[in-house]
Amino acid sequence: MPAQAPWLSLAIWIPVIAGLIVLASGSDRNAREARVIALIGAIAGLLVTIPLFADFDTSTSAMQFVINRPWIERFNINYHLGVDGISMLFILLNSFVTVLVVIAGWDVIKTRVAQYMAAFLIMSGLMNGVFAALDAMLFYVFFEATLIPMYIVIGVWGGPNRVYAAVKFFLYTLLGSLLMLVAFLYLYNKSGGSFSILDYHNLPLTMTAQTLLFIAFLLAFAVKVPMWPVHTWLPDAHVEAPTGGSAVLAAIMLKLGAYGFIRFSLPILPDASHALSGFMITLSLIAVVYIGLVALAQSDMKKLIAYSSISHMGFVTLGFFIFNAYGMEGALVQMISHGFVSAAMFLCVGVMYDRMHSRQISDYGGVVNTMPKFAAFLMLFAMANCGLPATSGFVGEFMVIMGAMKFNFWIAFLAATTLIFGAAYTLWMYKRVIFGGIANSHVAELKDINAREFLILALLAIAVLGMGLYPLPFTEIMHASVNELLKHVAVSKL
Amino acid sequence: MKALYLIVPLAPLLGAIVAGFFGRRIGRAGAHWVTILGVAISLIASCMVMSEVLDGVTFNGPVYTWLTSGGARLEVGFMIDRLSALMMIVVTFVSLMVHIYTIGYMAEDPGYQRFFSYISLFTFSMLMLVMSNNFLQLFFGWEAVGLVSYLLIGFWYTRPTAIYANLKAFLVNRVGDFGFVLGIALILANFGTLDYLEVFRHAPEMATQTMELFPGTPYLVITVICIGLFIGAMGKSAQFPLHVWLPDSMEGPTPISALIHAATMVTAGIFMVSRMSPLFELSQAALSFILVIGAITAFFMALIALVQYDIKRVVAYSTLSQLGYMTMALGASAYSAAMFHLMTHAFFKAVLFLGAGSVIMAMHHEQDMRKMGGLRKYLPVTYLVVLIGALANAGFPPFAGFFSKDTIIEALQASQTPGAGIAYVAAVLGVFVGALYSFRLVFFAFHGKERFDTHHGNEAAQGHDSHDGHEDHGHHDHGHGGTPHESPLVVTVPLVLLAIPSVCAGWLIGTVVYGNYFGDAIFIAESHEWIAEMTHEYPGVLGMMGHGLTSLPFWMAVAGLATAWFLYILRPELPAVIRARLGGLVRVLENKYGFDDFNQWFFARGAVKLGTGLWRFGDVTIIDGIMVNGTAKLVGWFAGVVRWLQSGFIYQYAFAMIIGVSVLLFVWVFDVTSLFSNWVR
Repeated sequence: MPAQAPWLSLAIWIPVIAGLIVLASGSDRNAREARVIALIGAIAGLLVTIPLFADFDTSTSAMQFVINRPWIERFNINYHLGVDGISMLFILLNSFVTVLVVIAGWDVIKTRVAQYMAAFLIMSGLMNGVFAALDAMLFYVFFEATLIPMYIVIGVWGGPNRVYAAVKFFLYTLLGSLLMLVAFLYLYNKSGGSFSILDYHNLPLTMTAQTLLFIAFLLAFAVKVPMWPVHTWLPDAHVEAPTGGSAVLAAIMLKLGAYGFIRFSLPILPDASHALSGFMITLSLIAVVYIGLVALAQSDMKKLIAYSSISHMGFVTLGFFIFNAYGMEGALVQMISHGFVSAAMFLCVGVMYDRMHSRQISDYGGVVNTMPKFAAFLMLFAMANCGLPATSGFVGEFMVIMGAMKFNFWIAFLAATTLIFGAAYTLWMYKRVIFGGIANSHVAELKDINAREFLILALLAIAVLGMGLYPLPFTEIMHASVNELLKHVAVSKL
Repeated sequence: MKALYLIVPLAPLLGAIVAGFFGRRIGRAGAHWVTILGVAISLIASCMVMSEVLDGVTFNGPVYTWLTSGGARLEVGFMIDRLSALMMIVVTFVSLMVHIYTIGYMAEDPGYQRFFSYISLFTFSMLMLVMSNNFLQLFFGWEAVGLVSYLLIGFWYTRPTAIYANLKAFLVNRVGDFGFVLGIALILANFGTLDYLEVFRHAPEMATQTMELFPGTPYLVITVICIGLFIGAMGKSAQFPLHVWLPDSMEGPTPISALIHAATMVTAGIFMVSRMSPLFELSQAALSFILVIGAITAFFMALIALVQYDIKRVVAYSTLSQLGYMTMALGASAYSAAMFHLMTHAFFKAVLFLGAGSVIMAMHHEQDMRKMGGLRKYLPVTYLVVLIGALANAGFPPFAGFFSKDTIIEALQASQTPGAGIAYVAAVLGVFVGALYSFRLVFFAFHGKERFDTHHGNEAAQGHDSHDGHEDHGHHDHGHGGTPHESPLVVTVPLVLLAIPSVCAGWLIGTVVYGNYFGDAIFIAESHEWIAEMTHEYPGVLGMMGHGLTSLPFWMAVAGLATAWFLYILRPELPAVIRARLGGLVRVLENKYGFDDFNQWFFARGAVKLGTGLWRFGDVTIIDGIMVNGTAKLVGWFAGVVRWLQSGFIYQYAFAMIIGVSVLLFVWVFDVTSLFSNWVR
């Protein structure tokens, strides 16, 4: 392979360094400069991910763009990066969403601008690190480090109850991931002193060890996804987080947990994964059905979308644990799509919140009369949220239902109820907020979206429609890695 | 892959995009010209496709690969054969007429460009649905027409009834789609492909395969697939009990009631089952199910039409009933008859709806027939076309509906599929009711005393619930006083153009049904060949009419017409008396058998209540209250207890040390440890 630029390192460190520079710009007197530097950093971060996509070899399941340097030699911890067909797209998604979030916060955030922008840029770099890390310790460091900027974002720029939400978010996720650290230490000893994730894939483990490790990983990842019943931090975090925080949280941070399952639990613990698949499927279906119903009962738009996120992530975990290509690829597609759609939904609520300072559905009504362009965009994203064909939301749901049917009729049956629930809670909200006569004088004074908001929503609309109409490039990237993973998981380690 | 095939759907799509995104720039005229041009091109291309298909040129192939996964290749592709070619002509023709009509109907609506964009988008979606060569694209089209229907029912988005109706329509359709998706998933799981021909080819091998939905009770896989697909059809084609959305969809502007909720979209289910005939023919149980559902819909929905006063709702219930006829035909394996009725119905029901629209325009958006009467003087053209539509709908020869309906009834009579007997009775009784409601409409609105108020000053005060307050739409004629007057040419010309096939289209029966027009596109099992049997006895168009005069359905229709004439012309005071006498029955019909109330109470409110309950109890109380915050409180409490150990007072520490030292001393002096160790040993 010819020498190439260390694209993965750049994807991680360009945003982080840009974030530090923005942070150095300091007080709000330099807010303009902070915004410009942040945007340049975010765009540069996105540009360096393009070669990952362009030069990606879809024919192999091996790690690509690998960088491997010793980091802490004493414990054999390495700065080991690489991507395959499973992780590559998330780095792109993350870098894309970061650009949008920087633009979305452009003149909405008026206090501590530099710190706000810096938090998002640093978080973006760290999350790229999570997706690229092939060393367990490196993964752990990135995984935990992402908590800090998000904690700050919620705690500083959040709503009135932000402290409760931020602490709940932090403790919930921290407690989960501590067990993951224990699991890594066990694997380190077992493998004779290696933190390489790829080594773990071929490490023989007894059933007891696998089960215990599975539970440790489950706690770490299930909280992040989040899976029922450890999901209650998410609605609170979303409600209190500023718009950008919600968008990144839903679009990227939840994917860290799902990614953990597919990178650790499944390949390292194939036997435990099979043995506990019934349990995982049950939790996933509860997320789809129970949370779908709970979403119907919400009166706060952000809470509603947060519950809808949990329900959609149920499809992801369901897809992983039915062990076929439709399910696995469908789950990955669903993760990407949910990145676009949930970001779009939260940004849309943000657009309304910036004008009305309310998230309550009952404070709205007839917004289409004063914001027709916005209403059209929200219609598209709402339809994507209920999985209408030709939007990205359909692809993953459809594939997972197809995969579930191969597995068992009733699982597919329960999963398909999302067609009804998803449409019910999304469109009912749309009806109450957007349609109807002008509900009150505040709605009457609303101004339609400006050029900046139009740009963000248009970019997301293109992504949602493009992926819905032509998902082939996305699945082609995944094929080799997913097939290899499925083959690997099918072989017992006992 | 020919460019011609691509032109058919893409021309309307292009029109929709231009009218939708650049509506303000191109103006109202620009919007209607660009969309009409798109649909006209599509119609011409469809005709060219049809002539090629008749010469034996068919096509089945991909346009592009949507995605690949699990060894299956999911594609977007076209299947052009006699079935799809017929649908393409029907869709583009009715769509073109409706586009032209809309120029008049929506003339003063502020959402003019948006409306044209939507109906062109609909035409595109419907064409993708009928041209598909695989289940995936079928579902694409299926959902896309549902979306446009949603947007159009809620077109006047400030009206509460409209936005209630469009949400209801979407959700009820989603219940159907739920079954549809499961059917598709079962096909993919069992056949490994979603391509029509591949599935059909392997279907016979699957015919005896079973699956256990419940332990110990095997079901034929094909039956489960077919019932799943048919549940989708029940949603889209508004079959009992998923019919509830169609009457409410009348909240949309009348042109779309004609195009979407009568002529094309609602027939998608009929088309789909016909297309899937190689699957449905393998499942006797599914066919019986279809027969019964169709029979219930055909008869009971027709009854509701009898008590409606809203002119559009009468036509809407009539549509439900006619869809029931088509469904029954499917159940009796008379796919060609179902498709033929689909075609004739598309014409005459479009006429009825657009005619009703013309009346509504003339009446300044009054839809209540009680405020009409004697209109034939003022609206001669509209009267004539509505009369033709009613005659066709009631099934009088030589109008189009006669041929298609009579064939269906005969096929039901011939069919041996369980359920056909009930269906036959429902169909014959339905003819009487059909004639009765059709002519009730004609006589009530166009004959008799003029009941309308010629001074339209207090239009709103006359108030028919939910139909006033139309200030934001449509055609208001200023300066014409109060007398109704005939609609402009853009309205009447499409009406006449649709009325012509409403008369003549039936004469094609010799070709379409008895001439085996569909050929290989429809598969009929050997034991179900009733239509083929009837072909031997087919006496030609004139013969069929002659034979019809002596048959039971014809006399049922005559009886219906006579009853309508008696009740609404001869003794117009009688209906009120009957209504009072049969109060209970009328109330049942007026409440539409209580389905709306039940659904609203049980499903809509029940789901929200259940969701609220789960949230308050599960999430807020148990998980957050006890587990999460409970843990936090427990930790807090424990910390509070342990905190006493670090009080910060030296004397407390000193006291504790003294106690500790004395305990240690005691242990050492009395050698307690050895006691313990002996004991342990």
